[in-house]
Amino acid sequence: MKVPSDLKYTKNDEWVKVEGDVAIVGITDYAQEQLSDVVFVEILLSAGDEASQGESCATVESVKAAADVYLPVSGTVTETNEDLPDNPEMVNSDPYGEAWMVKLTLSDPAELDGLMDAAAYEAYCQEREH
Amino acid sequence: MSEPLLNELSQVGRQGVRYPAPDVPLADLPDGLTRHDLPLPEVSEIDVVRHFTRLSQLNHSIDTGFYPLGSCTMKYNPKINEETARLPGFLWVHPLQPVETVQGSLALMYHLQESIKEIGGFAAVTLQPAAGAHGELTGVLIMRAYHAANGHTERKKILIPDSAHGTNPASSAMAGLQVVQLPSDARGNIDLAALEAECDDTLLGLMLTNPNTLGLFDEHLEDIVRLVHDAGGLMYGDGANMNALLGIARPGDLGIDVMHFNLHKTFSTPHGGGGPGSGPVAVSAALADFLPAPIVDIIEPGDEELPPLYGFVTPKHSIGRVKAFHGHFGIFVRAYTYILMHGAEGLRQVAENAVLNANYLMAKLKGTYPVPYERPCMHEFVAEGQVEGAPDVRALDIAKRLLDYGIHPPTNYFPLIVHEALMIEPTETESKQMLDGFVVALEQIAAEARTNPEVLHTAPHNTPVGRLDEVKAAKELILTWE
Repeated sequence: MKVPSDLKYTKNDEWVKVEGDVAIVGITDYAQEQLSDVVFVEILLSAGDEASQGESCATVESVKAAADVYLPVSGTVTETNEDLPDNPEMVNSDPYGEAWMVKLTLSDPAELDGLMDAAAYEAYCQEREH
Repeated sequence: MSEPLLNELSQVGRQGVRYPAPDVPLADLPDGLTRHDLPLPEVSEIDVVRHFTRLSQLNHSIDTGFYPLGSCTMKYNPKINEETARLPGFLWVHPLQPVETVQGSLALMYHLQESIKEIGGFAAVTLQPAAGAHGELTGVLIMRAYHAANGHTERKKILIPDSAHGTNPASSAMAGLQVVQLPSDARGNIDLAALEAECDDTLLGLMLTNPNTLGLFDEHLEDIVRLVHDAGGLMYGDGANMNALLGIARPGDLGIDVMHFNLHKTFSTPHGGGGPGSGPVAVSAALADFLPAPIVDIIEPGDEELPPLYGFVTPKHSIGRVKAFHGHFGIFVRAYTYILMHGAEGLRQVAENAVLNANYLMAKLKGTYPVPYERPCMHEFVAEGQVEGAPDVRALDIAKRLLDYGIHPPTNYFPLIVHEALMIEPTETESKQMLDGFVVALEQIAAEARTNPEVLHTAPHNTPVGRLDEVKAAKELILTWE
């Protein structure tokens, strides 16, 4: 299971990567592994939307289950991944790269402090395995 | 699998039925309403009979094998149910006949309503909903209408535990409600602190599956009911797991305000293969005026010589009709037959044996497959589809391999809160020999997982088709012929 050290994580298995004042959001390797083969992704936000932490930003459906993806941080959406709905399998093949879902400008950077770092998230995943 | 489609069997000009000459004047349909090309298959009666008989032989069914599909209560469907449903007086009635000519059918519906009221501890019942999730939607619409009639249109929040049936959030969303999921605690009960935090004046109610999808009876049921009622909310009961409670506990007595029953689970009517299902909804006295219309009632009481006159009535604040005509009547006949054949004592034994069978299997299997919540279960339990020493083997592989042993797999990957879940519900209709055979099959599969995991990864091997490509099936739906 990959847990890149430069990302922040949520208990609902989303990751967020911060580059300057832009945040990029997706779901983790652990999440895609649990979901198994992803067959459908719908992104619920569009560029320009003001969205707050905890808001539903995407729906991911696999052969096993459907899951909501929640925004780890608040902000204004600048871009969504338009290639992803046509290629949902990218969530399985490259969850931290090609399968990013939403980019937004942070409205409250302090929210990042409430998220887990890589070590804490890895421990959290291992705890759930048992 | 070599069975062709009916379209592939079609031969131009072949006919199954020859119509008699019309005895009324012919009339043409208006222009624009006709078409000249309708590529329906042209087949004879024998083609159709053989096609569907062959398909049925390729399928797994409760009449051919064990079917421990969790939360679906795939119990045996007694053949006497089919006998009564085929009595000419029930078989040949039409829902538009004058009520005076269908008194027997209305009497049966009335007595089925009365039976459900008594079994569940409720005040009134509608038989209309077509199946379980339709019953859920009907139930939450009744809850919404009740709050609206009391001036509380702001109550839109519905709480649904993560151990509830998966249809609950969908039914609530369809009714325009805001769904909030409640977590489970370490013993598989609802997390009471999380519940308490959500109990405010926007609360419409809570949808409780009890026993839940872990097969566990919530140990804090009284607290849950009190918290929800104190906040002004209503309690919905998902009756899909009623097989665990028959004759032992009445949900209405426990504080449930609305509940659907699955006649196709608890009351032995056909389930799977199209059923059809039937999902009657029962309510407390406070909600009786909101039931769908019409419902069957006694219009004129009988006396020593004459039976009562049955008819249809409309509850005062009815949410309206939820189904064409009066629901799946043929299923009512089967379910009422089942209730009468068992009687009160027999129905209690149904629940006792369903719970005993599930606990027997859990005790036998927990050394082979991990069971995450270590306490007595009700009518079903959830194991983890993982084998020590076989890290690559998953619940899906075990499920598929069971097909090679002639057993329908348990529900897998649900509930979502258990890793690699296998949800096992044996029902009361299976013998000890069958349960022991199931244990042996699962033990052999665990041994195979260690010595020859490939046979699991590529299973099933003895079925009409092998492992299906589920990704392709989900992404490339082909639902029409050409």
